[in-house]
Amino acid sequence: MNLISMFRRRDSAPVARERLQVLLAHERAFIGKSDLLAVLQEEIIAVIAKHVSIERERVQIKLDRGDPISTLEIDVEVPSAAAAAALSEQRPAMAGT
Amino acid sequence: MATVVVVTSGKGGVGKTTSTAALGAALAQQDQNVVVVDFDVGLRNLDLVMGAERRVVFDLINVVQGDAKLPQALIRDKRIDTLSLLPASQTRDKDALTAEGVTRVIDELRDRFDWIICDSPAGIERGATLAMRHADTAVVVTNPEVSSVRDSDRIIGMLDAKTARAERGERIEKHLLLTRYDGVRASRGEMLKTEDVLEILSIPLLGIIPESEEVLRASNLGAPVTIGTPNSPAAKAYFDAARRLRGETLVVKVPAQRRSFMSRLLGRRAVA
Repeated sequence: MNLISMFRRRDSAPVARERLQVLLAHERAFIGKSDLLAVLQEEIIAVIAKHVSIERERVQIKLDRGDPISTLEIDVEVPSAAAAAALSEQRPAMAGT
Repeated sequence: MATVVVVTSGKGGVGKTTSTAALGAALAQQDQNVVVVDFDVGLRNLDLVMGAERRVVFDLINVVQGDAKLPQALIRDKRIDTLSLLPASQTRDKDALTAEGVTRVIDELRDRFDWIICDSPAGIERGATLAMRHADTAVVVTNPEVSSVRDSDRIIGMLDAKTARAERGERIEKHLLLTRYDGVRASRGEMLKTEDVLEILSIPLLGIIPESEEVLRASNLGAPVTIGTPNSPAAKAYFDAARRLRGETLVVKVPAQRRSFMSRLLGRRAVA
């Protein structure tokens, strides 16, 4: 710890201010659309399912709200051709949902 | 023309009830005709802070449901005769409040008073939305602390969407009342600064109430701080806030408690 960090240690207010600004910018934009993630997940699954057989549980969606950018991370496990064939035999209805 | 004011915050424990009592009393001390209304049904406390807890006979729910007439439920303050209290019910819950009933009571109060100050319950549910429903002006009580600021932002959003004024396409006036402000901690960078909170919430400042012994003492004694210790810094801040509510333009005094370089060197807790 150097001298500067010793004097700066107590200044937590600027951190609070920054965290709030980022958070509130997002909350204001998303208020009333709080199920945005659920909607995105449904639509993304539907689009992918048009083309390949996927399992609903194998789609992971993460959102990281940041400044200046937020990232939306979509992780879809696409089964191999053989597994996909087995899957579509088991549950032929999945591709249409 | 009566003005309906809601004192609201979202978060609990930030000083809504204390501020309702102090602002209401301050306005009444400035010869305005004031009623303070407790909307915290089931958890009433405004009666206690006003020192009228032993005089409650009928309450807001009784009036809403037609079991009592408004004049029967109003409690006239013993110290200031232009100040009245309409207490909440302690035994019922918030479902007993109906939108129509609240509308009727507020309309009736408008005929009798210059100021109707509604003490909102914490939260964003029914009790809080009904308390803000007919407001012309909102006092958003905020502590310089992250969770309080976030909740205030949410409440500001609701004021702009769910009040009768907002639905008619009219503007609702919103003011920030910064409470439990500690000048020493703010100057040390431990507490959000006033300008930070103002910039984040972007509503005009009604006043800064210092964290103080007098405010606690006022609640203990059941005398709003503007009546109990009218010369204390907290009371003066409330008096100024009341004058701003009435439309006066006054410079906001920051309870600075700025410490000299020497006192910083000589110990962090020396001056408080």
